[in-house]
Amino acid sequence: MKRKYFAAPYMVWMLVLILAPMILIMIYAFTGQADGAFTLENIKEALDPIYLKVLWRSIWLAVISTAICLALGYPIAYYLSRMSPRRAAILSMLFIVPMWMNFLLRTYAWMNILDTNGLINQLLIALGLGRAKLMNTEGAVIVGMVYNYLPFMILPVYNILQKMPKSNIEAAQDLGGNNFQVFTRVVFPLSLPGVISGITMVFVPTITTFAISRLLGGSQFMLYGDLIENQFLSVGQVNGGWNVGAALSCIMMALVFICMAITNRFDKGGENGGTLL
Amino acid sequence: MTKGKGAWFRKTFLGVMLFFMYAPIIVLIVYSFNASKTMANWGGFSLNWYDALLKDRDIMAALEVTLTVAVLSSLCATVIGTTAAIGINSMKRRWRNTTMYCSNIPVINPDLVTGVSLMFAFSLLAVPQGYTRLLLAHITFNIPYVVLSVMPKLRQTSNSLYEAALDLGATPSVALRKVILPQIMPGVISGAILAFTLSIDDFVISFFCQQGTQNLSIYIYSLARRGINPKINALSALMFVVVLALLLTVNILGGKGSPEAQKKRARKKEARMARKSGTLVLEENTK
Repeated sequence: MKRKYFAAPYMVWMLVLILAPMILIMIYAFTGQADGAFTLENIKEALDPIYLKVLWRSIWLAVISTAICLALGYPIAYYLSRMSPRRAAILSMLFIVPMWMNFLLRTYAWMNILDTNGLINQLLIALGLGRAKLMNTEGAVIVGMVYNYLPFMILPVYNILQKMPKSNIEAAQDLGGNNFQVFTRVVFPLSLPGVISGITMVFVPTITTFAISRLLGGSQFMLYGDLIENQFLSVGQVNGGWNVGAALSCIMMALVFICMAITNRFDKGGENGGTLL
Repeated sequence: MTKGKGAWFRKTFLGVMLFFMYAPIIVLIVYSFNASKTMANWGGFSLNWYDALLKDRDIMAALEVTLTVAVLSSLCATVIGTTAAIGINSMKRRWRNTTMYCSNIPVINPDLVTGVSLMFAFSLLAVPQGYTRLLLAHITFNIPYVVLSVMPKLRQTSNSLYEAALDLGATPSVALRKVILPQIMPGVISGAILAFTLSIDDFVISFFCQQGTQNLSIYIYSLARRGINPKINALSALMFVVVLALLLTVNILGGKGSPEAQKKRARKKEARMARKSGTLVLEENTK
């Protein structure tokens, strides 16, 4: 038997459960619920101003969360990369360990802190400042996202900074650059691929999430992921929810692929190729 | 800026960030021992919530679903994925690239879209709701990771060893088992481990196959949506301790926490994260 036929079972599997389902999304997005005929109604509904508003809010929150992750994650990665390897190994592990907890539990942890009876409010009451509304706010969702995805920013930046030869920095210093110049002209530009991959690693999940906003933002605080989930599981098949949901999913996919295209453009060197092992 | 001042700032910043990472987990664990049901007051130390957790049939059933799905799906995905990788590796370049491209769709796609697309497929194919759907979904999203971790090892194997085995009288299937398989074994094992952890950790894709069955993450979500529940605190605390113990054991057994071992695990972690965010720059496409 020829070796290439070893792939046959997987090819069938892939056809049925990877390729066909993707095509099904397109089909659902462009057909009516009642008659199954071609229609642009679903796309039109998906572009309704109410839904677009949610889309903008999702993008906006994702941008803010990504920016905060970068502002906090870059210095962490930078400091880690300048430590002795042993200390850096231990500290970077410490930053990663929380990631091994399920993200729902990590999000739930913040409910304990931000709740009306939560830790922060108890501190405020103890200080005589009264309760603050912390849950079900934009801020709560942003905190949840930053907390969940910060390590996604630290790791790629740390990896690239750590691989950077010290001679690069020394050369810049020898040529008379001060610390600030060395950083802005040499270190930061060289770490850009790591920064870009960190940005996508944070931006894509924050824009597609639905559980974080539901848990920390309450039911009124909808993001695009919630919208899609809602169409599928609450509106349901008979009311055309699957069709509109499919159209919304197509828009989300388009958005994600644009992000990926931008990343690939910056990452031509294929630095991350084969990181799986 | 003097050097001393800089070091002080650096230490404070890292300290504050570590506090940010761990404070929520510590609060979670502390309140799991609170006798009172609300967080408003501390009712004294108690293990009531742990007791309630272990007596909760739903949670135990969900745990069983999570563990069996993780074991079965990672086993199936490892077998299918490894044979597939061997097959794909011996394809012509163009076919190989096309196949890898399709295989990577679930890696790149947001989980939400993968979940939705599988729900469509399952309902069209009339796959029975519940456990079957969950298992098939997990196998589906696990296979690409096994393929991705076996592939680089396959490319490193040299054909001459295989040919030497044939020259020495081995049949192709014996040569495959005795020569190729041992060489790619590290990739197979790390693929299996990756598949197992991905399956345990998954929420979004499972969520769309949830009717009729519940795994742990779905159960946690449905509880957490109703607000704070000390039982979840107890569950989180247990899970965190188990994870910590596992990590320490792996650390002590494997290389005593040498920087290389750490790095290896960090990379595995990164791969897992890459899967979630879908930014894995795929080896096949960049070449």
